[in-house]
Amino acid sequence: MNNKGVDQTKRQFLTSALTVVGTVGSGYLAVPFLAQMQPSAKTMAAGAPVEVDISKMEEGQLIRVAWRGKPVWILNRTPEVLETLKTLDNELRDPLSEESLQPISSKNQVRSIKPEILVAVGLCTHLGCSPTFRPEIAPNDLGDKWKGGFFCPCHGSWFDLAGRVYRGVPAPTNLEIPPYRYITDTQLIIGEPAEEVSA
Amino acid sequence: MKRDRITECNDWFLQRFPLTKLWNEHMAHYYAPKNFNFWYYFGSLALLVLVNQILTGIFLTMNYKPDAKLAFDSVEYIMRDVNWGWLIRYMHSTGSSAFFIVVYLHMFRGLMYGSYKHPRELIWIFGMLLFVALMAEAFMGYLLPWGQMSYWGAQVIISLFSAIPVIGDDLSLWLRGDYVVSDATLNRFFAFHVIAVPLALVLLVFLHIVALHEVGSNNPDGIEIKDSKDPWGHPVDGIPFHPYYTVKDLVGVGVFMLFFATVIFYMPEMGGYFLEHANFIPADPMKTPEHIAPVWYFTPFYAILRAIPDKFAGVIGMGGAIVVLFLLPWLDRSPVKSIRYRGGIYKKALFLFVISFLVLGYLGTQPATPTATIVARVFTAIYFGFFLLMPIYTRWEKTKPVPKRLTTTHSLEEQLPGLIEEIIHLKHGSTEIGHAAFKGSFFAIRPNPTGIRNVISRLAKNVKGSLN
Amino acid sequence: MKNLTVLLLLLSVSFGVVASEGVELQKASNHLGDNASLQRGAKHFVTYCLGCHSIKHIRYLRIALDIDVDPKKVLKDIAPEGANIYDQLHSAMNAHDAEKWFGTQPPDLSLIARSRGADWLYSYLKSYYIDPKSPRGVNNLIFKDTAMPNPLWQLQGDQYAEIKKNIWGDEYTNLLIKEPGTLSGGEFEIFINDLVNFLVYVGEPVQLERQRIGKYVLFFILMFIVLAYLLKKEYWKNIH
Repeated sequence: MNNKGVDQTKRQFLTSALTVVGTVGSGYLAVPFLAQMQPSAKTMAAGAPVEVDISKMEEGQLIRVAWRGKPVWILNRTPEVLETLKTLDNELRDPLSEESLQPISSKNQVRSIKPEILVAVGLCTHLGCSPTFRPEIAPNDLGDKWKGGFFCPCHGSWFDLAGRVYRGVPAPTNLEIPPYRYITDTQLIIGEPAEEVSA
Repeated sequence: MKRDRITECNDWFLQRFPLTKLWNEHMAHYYAPKNFNFWYYFGSLALLVLVNQILTGIFLTMNYKPDAKLAFDSVEYIMRDVNWGWLIRYMHSTGSSAFFIVVYLHMFRGLMYGSYKHPRELIWIFGMLLFVALMAEAFMGYLLPWGQMSYWGAQVIISLFSAIPVIGDDLSLWLRGDYVVSDATLNRFFAFHVIAVPLALVLLVFLHIVALHEVGSNNPDGIEIKDSKDPWGHPVDGIPFHPYYTVKDLVGVGVFMLFFATVIFYMPEMGGYFLEHANFIPADPMKTPEHIAPVWYFTPFYAILRAIPDKFAGVIGMGGAIVVLFLLPWLDRSPVKSIRYRGGIYKKALFLFVISFLVLGYLGTQPATPTATIVARVFTAIYFGFFLLMPIYTRWEKTKPVPKRLTTTHSLEEQLPGLIEEIIHLKHGSTEIGHAAFKGSFFAIRPNPTGIRNVISRLAKNVKGSLN
Repeated sequence: MKNLTVLLLLLSVSFGVVASEGVELQKASNHLGDNASLQRGAKHFVTYCLGCHSIKHIRYLRIALDIDVDPKKVLKDIAPEGANIYDQLHSAMNAHDAEKWFGTQPPDLSLIARSRGADWLYSYLKSYYIDPKSPRGVNNLIFKDTAMPNPLWQLQGDQYAEIKKNIWGDEYTNLLIKEPGTLSGGEFEIFINDLVNFLVYVGEPVQLERQRIGKYVLFFILMFIVLAYLLKKEYWKNIH
C-alpha cells in the first residue's frame, strides 16, 4: 500500500457528497417513521365533529359529550350566573381571555356564542385533570369566596362558570373553548369553527 | 474557548470508555484480506437487514394487536389508516425474505471458500445458531398477520413436534397452549417474535463478529493472511477494514437497497412468494385452504419433510437437514479451504447440492403429486449425500497446491470495458430489420444468435473460472 | 428443439392462469389510474354488492381523496342514504340473517382482489349461468355451486351453458346469452371491468401512490450508488 497519487481533494469531495446524500436519504427515511406516530385515519374519524342537540337542556344543567376523546361540557347558565360573572373580573387572572385558547366568536366576558350556553373542554389547563362542576355558592369545603364554578380536585385550581381561571391557583389560563357552531337554534356541532374562513 | 470545552468533554468520555480501542480493533486496525469478491457483501448486508427488521418491527408493534379477534384487522389498519404504515409493513415483510436471500448467499459463500474450516469452526457454529434463531423468528412472525396461511402453516409446523415419541403430543399442546392454534398461541408467538428471539439474534450476531475478529476473515483463496506479515506486524495481503471495506460495503448497500426498494414499491407480494395470496383471507380454523405451502425460505426443508413417507422419520429428516450443517467443519476432511484449490469432485458435489436445494425449494411450493414426491426423494438423497459422503470424497480427492500469498483476480468492474466492447462488436455483426420505420434506430439492430451464444458461453466460462 | 421450448413455455404460462376448477380465466382489462372508472365501480359496488358484502377496511373519505372526487359528491352520488364521510363501507345485513339465507356469511370484500386476483373476479362475475339442477337455479363456471346468487342477472340477461366439443374432441363449456339483459354486451363488459377495478383499488388503496414514490426513491438510491462507487474507486486505486 502506498499513498502515491492519492487525490485528497477528490476524496474529500466525494466523502462530503456521499455524506450529504446519505444524510438527506436518512432524513427522508425518518419521515415515514415519525409520521406513522401521528394520529391515524381511524383516530381522525373518531375525532370528527360531533353534533349535539341542546333543545332539552334545562336551566343550570350541564351535559358532557366526548369530542376527540376529551370531555366537552355544555352548560346552560341561568341569568343569575350571568350576572355573577360580570362581578368577578378583579379576582381572575385573565378575565378577557387575552392569553387563553378560544375561537374568536367566544372571546368575550362569558366566553360563548350565545351568552347562556357555555361550551368548554373539561380539562384543567394546569396538568389535564377534569375539574368538578360546583354550581353551588359558598359550600363548606370551598369557603365563602366560592361563587359557583369548576374546581379541579387534583391541584386545587378554581374556574368560574365561564371557565375563567382565578388568581393564585396553579392553572395558568382559562379553560379551552373548542371550535363549535350552531346548525340550528338548538343544535350545535363541536369541532367545526363558527367563523367562515375567508378563502 | 468553545472548542476547548468540546475537547474536554471528549477527553472526559474517552478516559472512561474504550471507544478508540474498539474502533481500532474492529474497524481501523482490523486487517481484512484484500481480495474479497462479490460473495463477501452479504455479511454486512445481513446486518443491515437485521437493523431494518428491528426498526420497522418496533414501529409495527405500535399499531399491531396480538389478539386472534383483532390481529388481521390491525394489519389492514396499518396498511390503510396509519400514516405510511404500508411502507413500514412492506419494509418488514420484504425484509424477512431479503434476510433469507442474504443469509443463504452468505452461507453459500462459506461452503465455497471453506470459511467453516479450522480455525473458524466456532464462527460457523454461531452462524448456524443465528440461522436457526432466524428461522424461529420468521416462523413466529409469520403467524402474526393471522391470515389463512399464517394459521394453517403454524398448525402444520407445530404438529411436527407431535411426531416425537412419548412426549410429542404433550409438547405440541404445551407449545400452542391450546388444542389448536389459537389466541393463546398468537399471543405467545408475539412475545417471542418481538423480544425473546430478537435479543438472542443480536447476542449471536455479537458473538459471531467477536469470534470472526479474533481469528480474522477467510478469503476466496482460503489461505491465512496472518501467515505473511510485514516488518510492522501487519498482514502483507491485508488492508484495514476501515476505510477500504467500509466504502466498498457502501456500494453493496446501495445496490442492495436498489433491489429492496424495487420490490417494496413495485412488487411487494413478489407474485405470491413474499406475501402469499391466501394470507389475505382471515384465519378460519374450520377451513383449510386447498393448497398450503410455507413461505419460500422454508420450502426446501418442507419438501424434505414431505419426501419421507413416515411422520417421525420425516421430522427427523427435516431436522437432520439443518443439524447436518452444524457438523460441516468436521465432515470436511479436505486439506484446503477454498474451492479454487479443491479437486473436481467437490465442485461437482457443491453444484449438485445447490441444484438439490433449489429444486427442493421449488417442490416445496408445489402440491405433492406422486411424481413430485419421487423427484423430491432423489434430491433429498443428494442433499444428504453432499454432507454424509463428504468425509470420503474430500479426503480422497486430489487438491491443487495452495499459494503462499493471495492471488489477484479481475473484478467485474475491471472486466466491464471488455464486455461493453464485445456488445458493441455484436451490434456491428447484427442484421437490420427491414422495416423503414425502424431503420437506423436502436430497434433496427437485431443481435445475431451466434454472438449471443458466444457471450453466454463466455459468461458461463467466467463464472466457472471465478470458482477456480 | 426451439419450438418445443416455446411450447413448454406457453404451456407453463397457461397453467398459471387456470383456476382451481380447471376452467381458464379471462383477462380483466381494468386500469387503476382511470378515476372515472373507479367512480363508476364504487357506485356499482354500493348499488349491487353492499347489500350483502362489507368492505370494512376503507372509508368514504379515503375513496373521495383517492379518486379525486369532492367528499360531498361522494356522499350524494355514491354512498347510501345517511352515510357519514368517515364511515367504513359496512353492509347493513346482519350475520344471523345471512346464515339463514345463504348458509354462509357473505365475506368482507376488502381484500378479495388480493387473494383472488382481478382476472378471477372478472371471470367469476361473467360466468353465471342458468342451471335447473342447482338448488338456486343458477351456477357458476368458475366457482361451482357458489352460495352467491347472481346479483347482475338483470343487467347481463339469461346465460346458458352448453357442452361443446373442440376440434380435438375435448369437451368444453360454452356460455351463451339467450335472453339479453338491460345492458348490451359491451356495456356489461365495461360495467364488470369498473367493478373489478374498484375492488382492485380497495384491495390496496396505496398502489398508485407507492409506484409514484418508488420512482423518486430509486433515482435517489442510484445517485447514492454512483457516489459510493466513485469513492470506493478512489480509495481502492492503490490496492493491487
